[in-house]
Amino acid sequence: MDHVDKAVDSLRRALGESILSVDVFRGQTTVEVAPDRIPDAVQHLRDGPELDFNYLAALTASDRWPTEPRFTILYRLYSLPHNVFLGLCARLDGNAAELPSLEPVFPAANWHEREIFDLFGVTFTGHSDLRRILMPYDWVGHPLRKDQPQGYEEVQFTFNFDEIDRRKPYARE
Amino acid sequence: MGLTQMEVTVDELKHLVSGRALEGETMLLNMGPQHPSTHGVLRLLLELDGEVVVNCIPDIGYLHTGIEKNMESKTYTQAIVMTDRMDYLNTMGNVLVYVLAIEKLIELDVPERARAVRIILTELQRIASHLVWLATHALDLAAMSVFLYCFREREHILDVLEMCSGQRMMTSYFRPGGLWRDVPPEFEAAVRSILDLMPGRIAQYESMLTKNPLWIDRTRNIGVISGPQALRAGLCGPALRASGVTWDLRKAQPYSGYEQYEFDVPVGSHGDVYDRYLCRMEEMRQSLRIVDQALRRLQPGPVVSSNRKFVPPPRSELGQSMEAVIHHFKLWTEGFPAPVGGVWVAVESPRGELACYLEGDGGPKPHRVHFRTPSFANLQALPLLARGHLVADLVGIIGSLDIVLGDVDR
Repeated sequence: MDHVDKAVDSLRRALGESILSVDVFRGQTTVEVAPDRIPDAVQHLRDGPELDFNYLAALTASDRWPTEPRFTILYRLYSLPHNVFLGLCARLDGNAAELPSLEPVFPAANWHEREIFDLFGVTFTGHSDLRRILMPYDWVGHPLRKDQPQGYEEVQFTFNFDEIDRRKPYARE
Repeated sequence: MGLTQMEVTVDELKHLVSGRALEGETMLLNMGPQHPSTHGVLRLLLELDGEVVVNCIPDIGYLHTGIEKNMESKTYTQAIVMTDRMDYLNTMGNVLVYVLAIEKLIELDVPERARAVRIILTELQRIASHLVWLATHALDLAAMSVFLYCFREREHILDVLEMCSGQRMMTSYFRPGGLWRDVPPEFEAAVRSILDLMPGRIAQYESMLTKNPLWIDRTRNIGVISGPQALRAGLCGPALRASGVTWDLRKAQPYSGYEQYEFDVPVGSHGDVYDRYLCRMEEMRQSLRIVDQALRRLQPGPVVSSNRKFVPPPRSELGQSMEAVIHHFKLWTEGFPAPVGGVWVAVESPRGELACYLEGDGGPKPHRVHFRTPSFANLQALPLLARGHLVADLVGIIGSLDIVLGDVDR
């Protein structure tokens, strides 16, 4: 884990107070970065001296509604030459769910950010093509938010079978 | 929640096409979602100059089933069955990454025999997945007979999966702590017969394609991408290795005991469709090597952890031990709690890096499950690979990325 420690030190030196915390859980290090400095942090990890984090493997989000800041955006970066990975995260307030896009640094972030925009409603400023990707174009809402109900099928009993049946959205003759 | 059809206008997509499309010089053509060469329901909006692809805009989501959202409302154990349905050609690998994530989160040990069986089955599944890839890829490029042969051999592998789990495809055979149950007595002989059969059959496929001038014409120098470009674009798996980047998670970050096995990571040099083909063919042989070693290593023993807080007790204990009844009841009604915190686990699926992010919140249900799927990452690079090629070659490029749309859309 030497290279990870080195990368964290280097990040602290380069970004100073924008590195908010460093968390180690089950041997995996996650560095919390101020949301507006995420592209700088990733660029530093990619281009900084002997850091070589040259592969953005994944990007996802998690929602902690109703506590604020509710969104955590998680980045997973690999350094192929050093064979280690490092997690970055940024916490966002639900009322201002916006952070700069990582696309200029890693083009691979494009679809991952679109997915987060689609499913969580987090906006990435400077993104080249921020459209819905998985849900239909005219879908209302963001399904992976915790305040979005999952939906279910109502159970029909003898006394209300027809009443519920009328509401069901399947094709009838 | 409206679901009405809404027209997408050229206006919304004009940042993705060239200026010539807006003046009517190039043609916008729709390919898919129902198209045999898109390997599922993938829609491509193509900007064409004659037969040459100027731009390619993939449109996905037709198979989106909300697996990640649904898993949040199930206990850790119940959610296993949903992972099978993502990448339906790599069911064992999907379940493996999910149970490894659970095991990492709750710090559960796995017996040696279960780890070896997991490796045998996921490697067999890799061969089966590559066989489907080869079959459909060759079919797209008009080699019909390969298709029939590949599906014939795939059936032998699916027989082994059925023998173990009762299912050909949606197996759900791995459980947190080990396996659902031990493999049947005829398992070893069946795997052994596949090991004897396959090398000859792989040679047969290669004799039909590798030196076939028609095949070489259709694949060499098509969809070329260099190593650094592939890394920036987020390619993974054989598509990345064909560009000369040695990166296989089984070697780099071993899981489930891969560090004990000897195998090579085939790497290409040109990064074209032909090299991706060669890489996958060699991977099948390497998988056979791993299965052979794992089979020799297979010793009798328990196949599931004995930690009763996470693993249900065997049926035989239920009649004698009150403790066992309590554990059984708790595990099947409430489920086991997992600590607060998130873990990443990644495995090498036949298509590339399949990573699972699993976050627990102290309760019996996952707070967030995310699958970083290799098909999603690879498909993203399709426009980069397709530009400047003919529509007929686009079909070959899609095939060489080996996407599974269930894996893309989840």
